[in-house]
Amino acid sequence: MRRSFPITLALAGAFSVLPHLAHALDGTLKKIKDSGAATMGVRESSGGLSFTLGDGKFVGFHVELCERALADIQKELGMSKLDVKYQPVTSQNRIPLMQNGTIDIECGSTTNNAARQKDVSFADTTYVEEVRIAVKANSGITSIGQLNGKNVATTTGTTSVQHLRKHERAASVKFNEVFGKDHADSFLLLESGRADAFVMDGQILAGNIAKAKNPADFKIVGEVLSVEPIAIMVRKDDPAFKAAVDGSLKSMMKSGEIAKIYDKWFMQPIPPTNTRIGLPASDATKAAWASPNDKPMEDYAKK
Amino acid sequence: MTTWDWQVFCKDTIDGQIVPGCFGGPGSVTYLDWLLSAWGWTLSVSALALLVALVLGLVMGVLRTTPHRGLVLLGEAWTELFRNIPLLVQIFLWYHVVPALFPPLRAVPSFILVVLGLGLFTSARISEQVRAGIQSLSGGQRMAGLAMGFTLPQTYRHVLLPMALRIIIPPLTSESMNIIKNSSVAFAVSISELTLFALQAQEETSRGIEVYLAVTGLYFISAFAINRAMLFVENRVRVPGMIGGGQ
Repeated sequence: MRRSFPITLALAGAFSVLPHLAHALDGTLKKIKDSGAATMGVRESSGGLSFTLGDGKFVGFHVELCERALADIQKELGMSKLDVKYQPVTSQNRIPLMQNGTIDIECGSTTNNAARQKDVSFADTTYVEEVRIAVKANSGITSIGQLNGKNVATTTGTTSVQHLRKHERAASVKFNEVFGKDHADSFLLLESGRADAFVMDGQILAGNIAKAKNPADFKIVGEVLSVEPIAIMVRKDDPAFKAAVDGSLKSMMKSGEIAKIYDKWFMQPIPPTNTRIGLPASDATKAAWASPNDKPMEDYAKK
Repeated sequence: MTTWDWQVFCKDTIDGQIVPGCFGGPGSVTYLDWLLSAWGWTLSVSALALLVALVLGLVMGVLRTTPHRGLVLLGEAWTELFRNIPLLVQIFLWYHVVPALFPPLRAVPSFILVVLGLGLFTSARISEQVRAGIQSLSGGQRMAGLAMGFTLPQTYRHVLLPMALRIIIPPLTSESMNIIKNSSVAFAVSISELTLFALQAQEETSRGIEVYLAVTGLYFISAFAINRAMLFVENRVRVPGMIGGGQ
C-alpha cells in the first residue's frame, strides 16, 4: 500500500502531460501509429474524384483531401513519417476491403446511403453528386421521357440504374438497360452507338466527355435523376478515426481551402491529358461545405 | 459474423419493399424474378454456345485427322486461333472491334455475338479432343475401313467416329460443364446473366453474401446437371468389349 501510492501519483502525472489522443488510441488510429502506414482505397476511373495516372499513381479531388487528412493525422499522432499506400478498389469490393482492414480510408466516389451505413461509416460529405443523362449531341434527346424504347447504358454495380427504374415506373417509359463493366466501357457503348444514353453521376459523365475524341459530340441533358452525397468512407464503429478525418475536412471547408482543391480538379486542366472537366461546384455541394454533415442519401431525397 | 437475410430475394427491385410470395406481379420485379431470369440467360447462352461448339469442334477435329493437307491446315489454324486468344478478349473483339470493321454487324444482338464467341472458343478445345480421340485408335481401323470399300466419309461415319466419340465423352463432359462457367463472361457485353445479376444485385441490396451464395448454387446445379446427363449418355452408349467399354 505504501509503495503503490507514489506510483499511482507518478502515473497520473505522466498521463496528464501526454497529448489528449494518447489515452485512448485504438482502431484505425492505433493501426496507423503502430504500423507507420495507412492504406488508401482509390478508384481507377471515377472522374475527377479519384483516378489513376498509370504507374500506380492515383490523384483526384478525394485523393487529395485524403492525403491532407492523413497528413493532419500524422501530425496529431506525432509521427515523423507516414507511409501512404494506394490500393485500387472497385464498386464491388470497396466495402468488403474496408471491413476486413485491407484499406483504412476510401477516397473514391462512394455514395453515402443508409444501406451502406450498416457496414461502414462515412466522413462528412465533401461532394454532392447529381445523376444525369449523357447523350450524343445530335440525338435530339433532351429528357428522360424521350428514352422510351431506347438502349440506356449504365455501369454494373452502381446505384444509378435504380433511379432509372423508379422513373421508368413513374413515367411509364420502357427502355433496355445495357450494362458496361466500368465507366469507360459504358461510355464506349454510348460512343459506338450501342446505347442511346448513358445514365451516371454528372462528374463521371463530364469527365468521360472531356476525355472523348470529340467532346462536342456529347452533351449532358435532362432532369436530375437523383441527388447523392459522395463521401470519404471509413471503418464502422471507429469514432476516433472518423473524428480525426472530419476535423481535417471541416478545417478545409471552413478556410475555403476545399473550394480551391475542387477548382484544381474540376475546373482546371488535369493530367494525364490536360483536359478540363469543367463542372463548377453545385449549390448542393457548396451547402454541404457550408454546414458539414454526414447525412445519407435518403435524407437528401426527403427535401 | 453475419446474420443471414434471405428475404432480400423477395424485395422489389425498385422500391426495396418485400413482396409477399416473393414473385412480383405485373409491373413489379423482385430479385428472385431477376435471379431466375438471369439463370435463364446463363442456360440459354451456354446451351446455344455448346451446340455451336459441338458442331464446329467435331468438324474441325475431323478435318485435322484427314489425309488432305489443306483440310488439316484449316483445322489446325482454326484451333490455334481460337484457343490462343483469351476468352474475354475474344468476346470484346466480337462486340466492339468486329462491328466497327463491318458496320452491318452492329445490328446483331449481343446475345448472338456472345453465343458465337463462346461457341468458337470452345469449339477449338473440342476439336482438340476429337482429334485426340480419333488418333487414339490404331491406324489399322482406318485402313480396314478403306479396304472394305468405304469412302473416307463413310469410314469416319461408320468406323472411326463411333469409337472416337465414345472415348472422348469424359473430356467432353468437362468441356460442357466449363461452358456453363465460362458463360459468365457474357456479363461483359451486358447480357443479364447470373454474374451480372450478382454484381448488380449485391450493390443494390448490400447483401453480397446471400446473392453470391445463391448464384454459386445455381452455377453448381447447372454444371452438375450436365455432369449427370453426360454420365447417363456415357452409360447408355457404352459397348462392352470396346475401348472404354469395360467396367
